[in-house]
Amino acid sequence: MVLDTKKNDNLNDVEELARNNILVTTFEKLWNWGRSWSFWPLNYGCNCCPIEVMAAGAGRFDQARFGYEVVRAVPRQADLLTVAGPITLKMKPAIERVWAQMPEPKWVIAMGNCAISGGPFKDGYSVLPGVDSIIPVDVYIPGCPVRPEALFHGMLELKKKVQQGEYRRS
Amino acid sequence: MQTDIYRVNVGPIHPSTHGGLHAEAVMDGEIIQDVIVHLGYVHRSVEKIAESRTYQQFVPYTARLDYLATNLPVLGYCQTVEKLLGIEVPERAEYIRVIMAELSRIASHQIAIAATGIDLGATTGLMYGMRDRERIMNIFEMTGGQRLLSSYIRIGGVAADIPDDFIPAVRSFVNDVPQMIDEYNGLMTGNEIWAARMQGVGILNPEDAVKYGVTGPNLRASGIAYDIRKAEPYGIYDRLDFDIPTGSRGDSLDRWTVRIEEVRQSGRIIGQALDNLPEGEIIARVPKTLKPDPGKDIYHRIESAKGELGYYIVSDGGNKPYRLHVRAPSFINLMVLPLVCRGGVFQDIITNIATLDPILGESDR
Repeated sequence: MVLDTKKNDNLNDVEELARNNILVTTFEKLWNWGRSWSFWPLNYGCNCCPIEVMAAGAGRFDQARFGYEVVRAVPRQADLLTVAGPITLKMKPAIERVWAQMPEPKWVIAMGNCAISGGPFKDGYSVLPGVDSIIPVDVYIPGCPVRPEALFHGMLELKKKVQQGEYRRS
Repeated sequence: MQTDIYRVNVGPIHPSTHGGLHAEAVMDGEIIQDVIVHLGYVHRSVEKIAESRTYQQFVPYTARLDYLATNLPVLGYCQTVEKLLGIEVPERAEYIRVIMAELSRIASHQIAIAATGIDLGATTGLMYGMRDRERIMNIFEMTGGQRLLSSYIRIGGVAADIPDDFIPAVRSFVNDVPQMIDEYNGLMTGNEIWAARMQGVGILNPEDAVKYGVTGPNLRASGIAYDIRKAEPYGIYDRLDFDIPTGSRGDSLDRWTVRIEEVRQSGRIIGQALDNLPEGEIIARVPKTLKPDPGKDIYHRIESAKGELGYYIVSDGGNKPYRLHVRAPSFINLMVLPLVCRGGVFQDIITNIATLDPILGESDR
């Protein structure tokens, strides 16, 4: 339906516009809406949780239902880093580098107890106490390992966060 | 023609490195001159942590060594401690353990099938492997309460008795195994592209395999019928009837077909264990504090999904191990990666990593 701007003086009236199927929003909100429905995740994982990430991507749980199935292998194409597994001292520079290579805006999910706090390996001499000691984390999903359903719950929580615009920007 | 040597890094963060493997390929044009394997990205100091945990507390850590075949490393550890303390495991527990161990082996091989599929660009392989594996996950959830790392096997037996719907679920899974294998073979093994990527790629001759200490399906694919379940039976494996599938060429396709055939054999073993499952106790009387004799040490090995998985425990008389070492098959199997890659083209590295099927949690510990 085409709205005749000359006839209609109530262009500032939001309700009048809505009746004519026109929604008023900011570009920021529109972008956040789009971003939140199609994360492009990069899965970092080195332990049990990545197996559940694989299960989440396969037929039974089907990550594609939520639009998050475009898993990227290249950090420059990804906007969501899923950290699953303990961060060892040797792996730390690699994570930092991947994080630096990802373009803004970008988010991090700490998946599983190892990524949150070091988990059962916290006492180890080579394990960092959680991924938030090196990069900022948006959503924490506890579990050892995390079930695929819990991973989806975490991603949907992140979706809410992004839609409300409550995320860090540089 | 003058060419330059250049180095390409595969990993440590790479979708087809099965965890944190870092393979540095030394390339002359498209030909691989050498592959340098960098390990330690998943080194979580498990062996050191073992020295500050009691014997029972360490059980869940073993599940996190080889998380694809979760019950097998737990079984190996529990049997080692039982051997150290001389604990007799009840008959019923032994049969349940065999069922859980072989289901784990199938689950691990199905991840190998799924991962090889997706590494070689066949997403269908992932979908089929994971679809059938979900049924095993349901069975694990039924017994241990968790999908992946249930630590259902305990020192002296198993944690709880099997529920009523366990036997029908396992039985129907085992009945479907031959059909599953036909599907994998029809979809992938007979595929022309599949054969082109796998046949003659990464040949490991039997002499080299023995020299490097390779075990498991990788050794059997080279034509040596060595399986610890037959060579040095543990538990009740001497009462069960099964074959050892072997390959003839030792290439990637052989490693792939040997794994698929092992799924069939594991199905046979589970069927026999279900038929003969006795009634009785499920866990032996084990004292709350385990204190082996001081100075005693023990080495015990089992046939894990990846090869010979051994535990070496030294006791100092306390309730914690003085020293614990894991003989991880993946660590030793990975050492042949440069050998099988040399002279091939770049994409063969991915094929070889996928078919050697290393698991980095176990290799780096």
